[in-house]
Amino acid sequence: MSAAPIPSARGATQSRAPRLLADIAIARSGDKGNRATLSVIALDPADYPRLERWLTAERVAAAYRGVVHGAVKRHALPHLAALHFVMDAALAGGVTRSLALDAHGKTLSSAVLALPLPGDEFGAP
Amino acid sequence: MSRPFRIGAGAGYSGDRIEPARDLAERGQLDVLVFECLAERTIALAQARRQQDPEAGFDPLLRERLRAVLPACLARGVRIVTNMGAANPLAAGRAALDVARELGLPRLRVAVVTGDDVLPWLAENDRPLIDGDGGAAAATASTASLAGRIVSANAYLGAEALLPALAGAPDLVITGRVADPALFLAPLVHHFGWAADDWLRLGRGIAVGHLLECAAQVSGGYIAEPGRFDVPRLEDVGFPLAEVGADGDAVITKLAGTGGRVDRLTCTAQLLYEIEDPASYLQPDVTADFSRVQLREAGADRVAVSGAAGRARPAELKVSVGVREGFIGEGQISYGGPGARARGELSLALLEHRLRVIGLDRLEHRAELIGVNAMHGAAAWDVAAEPAEVRVRLAASCATRAEAERIGQEVEALYLNGPAAGGGVTQGVREVLAVASCLVPREMVRPAVQWLEWQR
Repeated sequence: MSAAPIPSARGATQSRAPRLLADIAIARSGDKGNRATLSVIALDPADYPRLERWLTAERVAAAYRGVVHGAVKRHALPHLAALHFVMDAALAGGVTRSLALDAHGKTLSSAVLALPLPGDEFGAP
Repeated sequence: MSRPFRIGAGAGYSGDRIEPARDLAERGQLDVLVFECLAERTIALAQARRQQDPEAGFDPLLRERLRAVLPACLARGVRIVTNMGAANPLAAGRAALDVARELGLPRLRVAVVTGDDVLPWLAENDRPLIDGDGGAAAATASTASLAGRIVSANAYLGAEALLPALAGAPDLVITGRVADPALFLAPLVHHFGWAADDWLRLGRGIAVGHLLECAAQVSGGYIAEPGRFDVPRLEDVGFPLAEVGADGDAVITKLAGTGGRVDRLTCTAQLLYEIEDPASYLQPDVTADFSRVQLREAGADRVAVSGAAGRARPAELKVSVGVREGFIGEGQISYGGPGARARGELSLALLEHRLRVIGLDRLEHRAELIGVNAMHGAAAWDVAAEPAEVRVRLAASCATRAEAERIGQEVEALYLNGPAAGGGVTQGVREVLAVASCLVPREMVRPAVQWLEWQR
């Protein structure tokens, strides 16, 4: 048997109001040529309507300023409680020629999760 | 009502784990086990290997994978479909027969699907490039502008190309480049007899294929956020399978006793993964529409998928073109303790200066601090805390190997000439095999099936 147990990956429980997008959503990014795709999915579907109001294509473009050099397009998918963004000129030429350590841009999804949530939309109930 | 068709994912990329695939083969009661092992650039790299050795150019793990699953698959009647043929499907087929012989299996009937290689055709025909993000370069460039640098050109075949193989009762179907979801769609079309223009069911089949094609990415891999979204027993994450009905609706699940999770969130993340327009997912067999897909949790680790649709398939097939694009040189060095970041930043400034001195500053390059901004650049999380360690990284696109070697050497020279206490230098050079894309007329691509057989 293995020597040390794998940590159960359980952190502090959230008793306080959410502060970051990471507190209410998960995200996954992928690559398609020089485009990055970014899905943001509400952990609780009840959060989706205000997520859709707040997390606009403009806000995402601002979060990736200096990294994404093209347009950001948003697809809203309310029945999946998900927003899907397609970001042009985001991958330094694409996975096969990029100089980036993460040429796929797979870690990009975590950057949007660092966005602070606005208190008026997402404050304590 | 007939029992659902059970189709599993044995790999989501060429280096994927083998044990979960063996588990699916042995306990999954599957009809088909699919191994998707061919990333965008893999086939270009495989082509380069084949140029060195005519019997190489297929997936390096093919033998190991087949040794793990063939006994169970043959004993239980589980058909295997895989794109592990890469740049040399026929040699892959011969290797599969070798494995069957070594294992003492009673028989193995292999269908090898070829026809994705369109390099000879492309050498005679100029096609506009479509890749990238529609920028000016892509709009003006064509395959002729890449002449002399192209190493491979492979069309994305559809499920249609696999149907003659499946009709011949194979134990194993080996292909080169096939659209990933089509590896899953083909056995569904064959089993249920869906028509080639039954866009609705083909669209649903593509949804199943897309959900499964990255293996554990739908069953609990690549999604854990400790404390926010926990995944039970990630160390034993199971690979997924789908139970598909005759109308194409399906349940995504995994084997009892495996780790991971299958729920609304894991399925949503995978459904949208690397999709540009959810309403218009272009595939060789159909234009799939995921915009109204419903995911309903239907028991523990079970998600019912419905509502996918489809429209007529695109007129042309996409081709991935492997292109030699010079070299990337890279070097890294680490700093730790008080002032680590300041020493890292000083190193970056020194490296920029050195590039000017040696006349390489015009090269496209990246100078960054791992631990600070190497992942997210200008969008990096703005935290005040001083990092305990940083790693300086310099990478540059170079025309020649000698130039690329110089990049790492400049980083290494920071040992004796740079800030205090730098350590752990690594340096390297790799040849860039980039991928461009174009479209070709369907009729220019002529898939064929070759049969290989072993009988004890």
